[in-house]
Amino acid sequence: MSNLISFTDKGLYCVQGNFYIDPWKPVDKAIITHGHADHAYLGHRNYLCHPYTKTILQLRLGDNNYQTLEWNEIINLNGVKVSLHPAGHIIGSSQVRLEYNHEVWVVSGDYKVEDDGISGQFEPLKCTTFITESTFGLPIFKWKPQEEIYSNIINWISKNKENGKTSVLLAYSLGKAQRVLQAIKETTQTIFAHGAVFNLQSMLIDDGWNLTPVERITPETPAELLKGTVVVAPPGADGTPWMKKFNPYSVGVCSGWMQVRGNARRRNVDAGFVLSDHADWNGLIQTVKETGAERIFVTHGFQSAFSRYCNEQNIAIAAEVKTQYGNEDEEAVQENVKQESGI
Amino acid sequence: MKEEKVHINHPVLLTEKHDSISGLALFAQLVTELSSSTKTNDKLQSLVDYFATAPDADKVWVIAIFSGRRPRRAVNSRLMREWCAEITNYPSWLFDECYHSVGDLAETLALLLPETKEQDQINKSLSYYLETFISIEKQDEAIRKKFIVDSWNQMNRDERFVFNKLITGSFRIGVSQKTIVNALAKIVDLSSSVIAHRISGNWDPSTTSFNDLLSESASITDFSKPYPFYLAYALEEEPQNLGDPKGWQAEWKWDGIRGQLIKRNNELFVWSRGEELMTDKFPEYFILKDLLPDGVVIDGEIIPAVNGKPLPFSVLQTRIGRKNIGKKQLQEAPIAFFAYDLLEFHQQDFREKSLTVRRNKLEEIVQPLKNNAIQISQIINFNTWDELKEIRKGAREMNSEGIMLKRKDSNYKVGRKRGDWWKWKIDPLTIDCVMVYAQKGSGRRSNLYTDYTFAVKDGDNLVTFTKAYSGLTDKEFAQIDNFVKRNSLEKFGPVRTVKPELVFEIAFEGIAASNRHKSGVALRFPRMSRWRKDKSVDEINTLDDLKQMLNTYGK
Repeated sequence: MSNLISFTDKGLYCVQGNFYIDPWKPVDKAIITHGHADHAYLGHRNYLCHPYTKTILQLRLGDNNYQTLEWNEIINLNGVKVSLHPAGHIIGSSQVRLEYNHEVWVVSGDYKVEDDGISGQFEPLKCTTFITESTFGLPIFKWKPQEEIYSNIINWISKNKENGKTSVLLAYSLGKAQRVLQAIKETTQTIFAHGAVFNLQSMLIDDGWNLTPVERITPETPAELLKGTVVVAPPGADGTPWMKKFNPYSVGVCSGWMQVRGNARRRNVDAGFVLSDHADWNGLIQTVKETGAERIFVTHGFQSAFSRYCNEQNIAIAAEVKTQYGNEDEEAVQENVKQESGI
Repeated sequence: MKEEKVHINHPVLLTEKHDSISGLALFAQLVTELSSSTKTNDKLQSLVDYFATAPDADKVWVIAIFSGRRPRRAVNSRLMREWCAEITNYPSWLFDECYHSVGDLAETLALLLPETKEQDQINKSLSYYLETFISIEKQDEAIRKKFIVDSWNQMNRDERFVFNKLITGSFRIGVSQKTIVNALAKIVDLSSSVIAHRISGNWDPSTTSFNDLLSESASITDFSKPYPFYLAYALEEEPQNLGDPKGWQAEWKWDGIRGQLIKRNNELFVWSRGEELMTDKFPEYFILKDLLPDGVVIDGEIIPAVNGKPLPFSVLQTRIGRKNIGKKQLQEAPIAFFAYDLLEFHQQDFREKSLTVRRNKLEEIVQPLKNNAIQISQIINFNTWDELKEIRKGAREMNSEGIMLKRKDSNYKVGRKRGDWWKWKIDPLTIDCVMVYAQKGSGRRSNLYTDYTFAVKDGDNLVTFTKAYSGLTDKEFAQIDNFVKRNSLEKFGPVRTVKPELVFEIAFEGIAASNRHKSGVALRFPRMSRWRKDKSVDEINTLDDLKQMLNTYGK
């Protein structure tokens, strides 16, 4: 089998088309699946992405040479037919489909199967080779329907309100925050936000998205105003002096990692909500089957377990691939730094 | 256009189930609350709420479970894994991967089993499950299997977790005996010290009612019941701050097992601080049943000693775990009791009397016995704090961990309290070494590499000599976790070999020869005292340095 994509030290590389997908070192041509920091690096000469992702990159990486491509629109790069398709992960997130000489490769980027109402409905694409993430590629990760999680969050908020506590919800500022804010928009009159969340949210609203408006917390925001309200902040804000103002408060974390008690205990959170923007175990397995791919490459996450399982169960011929993706902690730190500098 | 794109399905507001839950579900909620809270007051409140609403039979079991009185395993964990595998069809290696990531067997099982539909869930009491565990313990495997699998099929994930936990292990959720006692003190009309005494000792939760245990009128019929131990905090400042040395009594701090020696009703009982009845493990003490007056309780140290001179703790370790103590152990690891306090005399609670009074009476009882099984823990005479500081330097040679300071006019308190008792330990021994293996931790450290193996240099080779898990901050653990993930060389099951690069200072309390470790030594209480970012692998200690320490301190 020929390799339409090879795995290089700069990232996923298509030799025939002479472009990279989500490279982590500066290259000439980069296709970007979505705007998270571990996939969208600064320093490429040309960026190709979905228009929604362009808006995000513009905010996060500044002006660059961006070219956009709508979902299902096909572009020809030196004979390789390239198209983007919704990945359901965050706003603008896309799978990349490559077709060349009757061979079809799909790069999933990060994806989730459940439709969150904002990111677009993920669609499995028929292909010969599928490159999948495996962030939650163990069978201990099985998500409940989001409506149920949202109800839990709302109940938690009203319980906090009764006890005179502020509800501090920790969620990634790009992706999870938009989702959670939609779900809780009717819980209080004003929802407050950390600078990192505020910036993204306002930018998206300015761009025409019908999302929940938030009020930015500044050093001038009086503490009394925040009593019993809801504050949405990125995970990096947890444990920083910034949180002091909300006292008394209760911290809730929205993350797939909250599935495991130890993770919630380690982070000292009062409530863990198992809400993820990644596919769970069943979502990953089902997707691999639906693509009909004979061969898969498994990137960031539990790649060794997931690929071994796929091989043993004859789901596909699977191999692990080392990438630089999936360091969400680093993203959290960056978000915190950005907040300080007002981005 | 984008407006159409946003179509959140609005969540249905579920009614709060909170008020209506009971039985195992209520217990599961308690466990979740206790483990997600770090504040003692919140934990206390959760317990009070539980004790105020749960049925009496369940309350008794909760007291039992949180004080280490779990019933024996109805099934072993291997069988539970097998049954889970049958239900889920996952290969065993995948189960292992999950287990190493979760770090807790009970939780792994709960997460892997398929979700039970709400209409199939049946809620039963905590006492029902625990009593069934006891009744099926000796039954055929098929009967036990049916009970476990049927129970799983009636439970949600949280209930399954506590159910599995009741079978497989203890709840490490940071609830001290003191917190339990304080919570009970809010719902029954008894003082904390009486409650602490009532729930200690030798009682069986399946035959004891809540009333037997904690009614105001219940009288003590259990002659074995120990008193709660008074525990000291570490002295972290200079002793000068304690004031006039004349007000203080100093003794050596012994490195054995804290214990209570009880003679009541012409029977002898030996309790450890962990509230384990250990009478049978120490035949050396049997003679004291004839020698001691009736109705006494003595606090002291269970310690190996020859002719009144203590031996290292490692000697005691050779017989602690054994079911039967043979001649060999009695000869090689003879045990004595170093008495330092008197809690009961003539069937009378002595704890409210001053230390001086208790001590004088203790000496009156013990001194005349002249028996190797028991001796008085000697008082150290000193006039100034500086003088005592000099004396303390000789602790290691005495096989002692330092000095105990006790206020002469103090009563005997319950649990760990500041003010009247202090342990003034000597500085630990330290050695610099490099991390070579890492494994994921459990509990709040699940999915995080926190358990490390360390090596010293031996010529060009590295020789492993100890493991350590504690001493670093969460932030440091996170950084090391990141390092391990990026620098692992090989994977052996859950263990990763790591590029030998990170240097740590390991602190420990003692060193002994051991043939279980490649290096030939075993350390007592090893922990990471510092991450030596300033040192490279070339600068770590050598195996010869370790052997030198063994020669100096390990005899």
